[in-house]
Amino acid sequence: MPFKRFVEIGRVALVNYGKDYGRLVVIVDVVDQNRALVDAPDMIRCQMNFKRLSLTDIKIDIKRVPKKATLIKAMEEADVKTKWENSSWGKKLIVQKRRAALNDFDRFKVMIAKIKRGGAIRQELAKLKKASTA
Amino acid sequence: MAPTSKLSLGIKKASRSHAYHRRGLWAIKAKHGGAFPKAEKPAAVADAKFYPADDVKPRKPSTRKPKPTKLRSSITPGTVLILLAGRFMGKRVVFLKQLKSGLLLVTGPFKINGVPIRRVNQTYVIATSTKVDTSCVNVEKFDDSYFARDKKKKAKKTEGELFETEKEATKDLPVFKKDDQKAVDAELIKAIEAVPDLKSYLGARFSLRDGDKPHEMVF
Repeated sequence: MPFKRFVEIGRVALVNYGKDYGRLVVIVDVVDQNRALVDAPDMIRCQMNFKRLSLTDIKIDIKRVPKKATLIKAMEEADVKTKWENSSWGKKLIVQKRRAALNDFDRFKVMIAKIKRGGAIRQELAKLKKASTA
Repeated sequence: MAPTSKLSLGIKKASRSHAYHRRGLWAIKAKHGGAFPKAEKPAAVADAKFYPADDVKPRKPSTRKPKPTKLRSSITPGTVLILLAGRFMGKRVVFLKQLKSGLLLVTGPFKINGVPIRRVNQTYVIATSTKVDTSCVNVEKFDDSYFARDKKKKAKKTEGELFETEKEATKDLPVFKKDDQKAVDAELIKAIEAVPDLKSYLGARFSLRDGDKPHEMVF
């Protein structure tokens, strides 16, 4: 089991602790053994401990500490946003956010939908059971 | 009248007669027929017969006027509210207006969940962000006196009847109240049926299930 995700310049990571919780950032430089300089299009470049970062599979092609405009261009070329939203990790987070924002009425509608779906599945199952025993 | 100037502490510059003339005391005497006007002594107060044992301040009646109850900004006419206490605990009702006493006027609607036109306190209510259109409903006639209890008339009982259990005639709702309910709900139900699932939503009670975190739930 070798490591597959490395801390390197251009590695996209997810912040998992602190004020910027849930934000996607790019590692643009390594400060020392514990800290990295991170940057994102909508945030001021800052240093973060590696413990606050969860590395992702996505990597972009940049030089050490690029200018903001260069960073944004590189992110668009690598299409980080779409890659993230199509990854199973990214999809899970989107669903979590959606569920947390549900209204009381929305939760009621979800419950009704789940019941209907369960009912339809059980009907089909009953049909299949009947067909296999017949 | 200017103060007498002093040469030193206790020594006045003007002599007694000089000061008398300067102050115009001769004019005052002349005005009042040769003598100084004597102030009338106030009538001697008779000694009070009773002195209270403790020095207690008399209490003043409070002049405080309570402020009108502030309505939460999340509650507007047509908001669906969740009742948290009482007979209709957990029921989802429609908010109509705030009465002068500060209580909220709500209705089920009665046909949907059995909650009549009723008053409810703001603190026993969760406001959801679901809104129903109440522009077609007229709630002008409802106020706190509409909900006042009827005064019971106590008939004199003979000794025999005193020990009988009270047979109170179960009062039916007066017809005008039933009609008011129907009038308010008629338009409201039409607006509710226009939204899919809203009718069954209002008919269902709210409850917490396993895993629910109410402090994290968005209402």
